[in-house]
Amino acid sequence: MSGFAQNTFNGLVSGAFYALLALGLAVIFGMLRVVNFAHGAFYMLGAFGAYVLLTEAGVPFWAALVIMPVGLGLLGMALERAVIHRLTTLDPLYNFLLTFGLTLILQDLVKLRYGVQSSPYATPSLLSGSVNFGLFDFPTYRVFILGFAVLLCVAVWWVLTRTRIGMVVRAATERPDLTRAFGIDVGRWVTPVFGFGIGLAGLAGVLAAPMRAVNPLMGADLIIVVFAVVVIGGLGSIFGSVAAGFGIGLVQAWGEAYLSNFPIVSQTIVFVVMAVVLLWRPAGLFGREEAPA
Amino acid sequence: MRRTVGVAAASAAVVLMAGCGGGGPQSGGDQKLTGDKIVLGVLNDQSGAYSELSGKNSVTAVEMAIADFTAKYGDKAVTTDITVQTADHQNKPDVANSKAQEMYDRKGVDLILDVPTSSAALKVADVAKEKKKLYFNIGAATTDLTGKSCNRYTFHYAYDTYMLANGTGKTTTEQIGKNWYILYPNYAFGQDMEKSFSTAITAAGGTVVGRDGAPFPNTSGDFSTFLLKAPNLKPKPDVLGTMQAGAELVNVVKQYNEFKLRDKGVGLAVGLMFLTDIHSLTPAALAGTTYTDAWYWNFDAKNREFADRFQQKAGTRPTFAHAANYSAALQYLEAVQAAGTDDADAVVKALEGKTVEDVFLRNGKIRAEDHRVVHDAYLAQVKPQAEVTEPWDYVKVLETIPAAEAFRAPSADCKL
Repeated sequence: MSGFAQNTFNGLVSGAFYALLALGLAVIFGMLRVVNFAHGAFYMLGAFGAYVLLTEAGVPFWAALVIMPVGLGLLGMALERAVIHRLTTLDPLYNFLLTFGLTLILQDLVKLRYGVQSSPYATPSLLSGSVNFGLFDFPTYRVFILGFAVLLCVAVWWVLTRTRIGMVVRAATERPDLTRAFGIDVGRWVTPVFGFGIGLAGLAGVLAAPMRAVNPLMGADLIIVVFAVVVIGGLGSIFGSVAAGFGIGLVQAWGEAYLSNFPIVSQTIVFVVMAVVLLWRPAGLFGREEAPA
Repeated sequence: MRRTVGVAAASAAVVLMAGCGGGGPQSGGDQKLTGDKIVLGVLNDQSGAYSELSGKNSVTAVEMAIADFTAKYGDKAVTTDITVQTADHQNKPDVANSKAQEMYDRKGVDLILDVPTSSAALKVADVAKEKKKLYFNIGAATTDLTGKSCNRYTFHYAYDTYMLANGTGKTTTEQIGKNWYILYPNYAFGQDMEKSFSTAITAAGGTVVGRDGAPFPNTSGDFSTFLLKAPNLKPKPDVLGTMQAGAELVNVVKQYNEFKLRDKGVGLAVGLMFLTDIHSLTPAALAGTTYTDAWYWNFDAKNREFADRFQQKAGTRPTFAHAANYSAALQYLEAVQAAGTDDADAVVKALEGKTVEDVFLRNGKIRAEDHRVVHDAYLAQVKPQAEVTEPWDYVKVLETIPAAEAFRAPSADCKL
């Protein structure tokens, strides 16, 4: 029983990363119709930024947790203004290629300076112990990540559903043309939303630094799973991306724990789930079928 | 009359001597050094996962070998025109294949060195066989290079899966704990390592109480399921043996520490680890971990002297792969010097069965049967942070594994 609880907990921690990344992808896709392939690279920059801040300026984890998302959010906004918005009126493939190119550039720039070997990043001392849950111990840092991610998702949900800004963003995300018809300037919100999505990726990166290998390719592998998560949740669906993020984390953890005799299963389970969901609901679990024009 | 005879004799002597003197350059013409020069080719990963443990710094090591060789022989060297060609195989077998062909055919390369990644290494062995040109593999771990894929022109230099498993598996079982839990990446290298380790552990009287193949590549970066399982196995394992490499190894070790497995009585042994891995994880994260090292830079004064020279050129301490590249290049040049030609068959003859002692090869022998280069290996343990007194000095050598025991006996699968 304690084994099951531990595995569930772990699944939720992995899921927290998926959820934060998928949430950013979902708001960006909803608002801009851009599949941001560079999301993994910004996650990597978040982790690397934390490492560089710590080793070269002595900035602790807690400060990095604020500095990196804000800094990367601003960088994201600049990129949106500089290049991405020029391509949004064209076929989505153009922006897909652009962001893929950005990924390669960002990865190689980091590689050039810091090499491919993983860089060390210690867990902040305040969180390095473990918490006793009666049945089992669990690393404090993981508990923190889970709590932090859940709080953040709730906060985003609150902003989106309970504030006027959120209302505009939601309307613009789900029916941009109709929103425009109501006289709301959708274009004004595009840049901040893109920056916000990138900021979330950077935040996930900072959170990952103490528990994952910090290297230029750390986002490249992860982003493939995150795309699957977004598709399962329903492209552009904000709730769907969060729910699918945690769900896929759980499925992976349980798969590894209880199907360990079949490693091939735990390796492919995410994509099997994706295929099944797409057959059953082509728009994803929480996506809305596009009405025929 | 007598005078004339004397002059004639003197002239004859002069002619004779001139003839003798001319013998050098003339037989020099017989030396058959292709193009009157030697070209060494370093084919490895120059930008990817293995670029730091080997990569460009291996080229530096090979250049050091050339400089040392030239300094040693001076005018007596077979040639002073020795150059290095390099290429990036990106760890892809097809790229390695075409780059190796290009090196032998168009770049005039006499010897290809390094080639990490087993699948790529095996491809290059095929090319070497076909072109009848020499190939010293250093970076790859597969025992197939001296097993079913062995050939007359291929030598396997630094290490292999048997050596890693035998060293770490056997010695750790004897000295640290008998019960093992093995975690391996589920692909050819990991499966091979798991088998080799299980064999070595069982032979040393230990037991493998659990083994799991983790997804490869592990896209989630999470190994916690396996790490949670380890301390709850019955009987409880004394050692977690991880066969992950590179960034995956970093993930396993970070999470091993998160779940405080060492405090729960589960030690850590690593299948394959390079100095650069310890550097990126920091010794604090790995303190007490055992692994088999093919060479360690601060083992003795001789190694240290080499490491100092290497650091001046490369700006960092050498891994065993760097030292092995140096040694391989040097031993090839020595063999060419001895054979007086760069003809591959003659050089192979000069190398086979030779015993060698250099900065990398201790009690080294180039086995004629399968072209495995055997040498002393070392069971190493990562020092606690408090004992680390200078940068990169992360390891203490627990035990020297004699050359005769470190590697497997020649395989019956190998027919040169």
